[in-house]
Amino acid sequence: MKRRIAIRALLAALIVSAGYAALFIAPDERTMHAVQRIFYFHLAAWMTSFTAFFIAFIACIAYLGTRRLKWDCLAVAAAEVGVICCTIGLVTGPLWARPVWGIWWTWDARLTTTFILWLLYISYLLLRGLLEDPERRATLSAVFGVFAFLDVPLVYMSNRLWRTQHPQPVILGGNGSGVDPLMGKVLLVCVIAMFGAMIPVLVDRYRLERLRHELDELRLAVESRAAAAESLSPKGGL
Amino acid sequence: MTTARAAAILLAKELRLEFRARELLNATVIFSLTVIVLFSYAFDPTAEESRHYGPGLLWIAFLFAASLMLHPSFAREQSNGALDALRMAPVSSFALLLGKMLANFIFLAVTEAILLPVFAVLYHVSLLGVLGPLILVFVLGTAGLTIVGTVFSAISAHARMRELLLPLLLFPILAPLLVAAVEATASLLADPPALDWAWTAFLVGFDVIFLTAAWLLCDFLIEE
Repeated sequence: MKRRIAIRALLAALIVSAGYAALFIAPDERTMHAVQRIFYFHLAAWMTSFTAFFIAFIACIAYLGTRRLKWDCLAVAAAEVGVICCTIGLVTGPLWARPVWGIWWTWDARLTTTFILWLLYISYLLLRGLLEDPERRATLSAVFGVFAFLDVPLVYMSNRLWRTQHPQPVILGGNGSGVDPLMGKVLLVCVIAMFGAMIPVLVDRYRLERLRHELDELRLAVESRAAAAESLSPKGGL
Repeated sequence: MTTARAAAILLAKELRLEFRARELLNATVIFSLTVIVLFSYAFDPTAEESRHYGPGLLWIAFLFAASLMLHPSFAREQSNGALDALRMAPVSSFALLLGKMLANFIFLAVTEAILLPVFAVLYHVSLLGVLGPLILVFVLGTAGLTIVGTVFSAISAHARMRELLLPLLLFPILAPLLVAAVEATASLLADPPALDWAWTAFLVGFDVIFLTAAWLLCDFLIEE
């Protein structure tokens, strides 16, 4: 317990220092100035959300392969965390785009793909909420999860065949890419902080889902035992 | 029994059911027609404008129609334990799914065959010169729609609020198919018409990917 609190405190300090680094330590960008600083969290949110969706996809496949409910718990935890991070990305993006591009939103490949991805995982979570039986919910939502993830490259390709406005990747983006070394370091701190925030939430959500399943099973066991006891006990009048 | 034979028998059953009741197809055709008529308010329906907006209009109308039509595909097997009876038949679950997919494809294709000429007349668009490639695009697009739609109909049949859920599951995943189908159709309505092979290939890819996924995962859809 104490160790958990210590880890949380450390992560909190990391997140605060990442915010400080992004706002005050990172050098000013030449043309975009202060607005550019949102990029450190925008990119970090994007990375965590895609990691979470990928974990959800792997968990769906693992569930279908093994039929063990713990994979289903991981899938729902990852999907929820992914949706939250994706929402952060979708909110920080327009905030940056308005002063830089002059518009809040554009139907470009990356933006549209992210938006559709967000919708896909929202409907995944909706579907889960509307399926009653735990086994069936796990199986059917895993099938949907696989279909949804297969769709992502197709959404990207289809929008790529149109026109793209989103800035090319500045890191590992081929010729002419790359940022100021200090910017790179700040970005690294922000990405680590974002993962540091995401992973504990994911683990906690996973534990919560496991506990829920355990509770359901215990409740069922109690109910069936009560029913058995009632059928054995002598009825009044006989 | 081979998968093809089993699927053919199930397809015949679906068609017989529809031929006797004739409720699904009637409702779907009228629904699509209503959507197409309502779209005339969204823009000025001259020949020039229709060439521009027509493809998107048509595919949105068919997408809406499909999302309503696909829902009963599995939902109506729920009453009287019909799905359990089907499951007990000595056929693979892929045959079951394939039979449903083919039936849905035929229903939607018939709807499209009725409504395309109506659209051409109402919106002053000439389709006769490009009929061959147009059929190709519509077959590929409709196939993708029914492949994913039938799978999701099997998923949503077990859920609460399933009528509302199916479109919610279906629309985002069909976004790339919609883009490709609209662009391919637009290339045929353009002046001069020329089939866009990139988008046509994309449609083929979409169909192949999701048919394979359906084949791999069908056992999970039709169990218990």
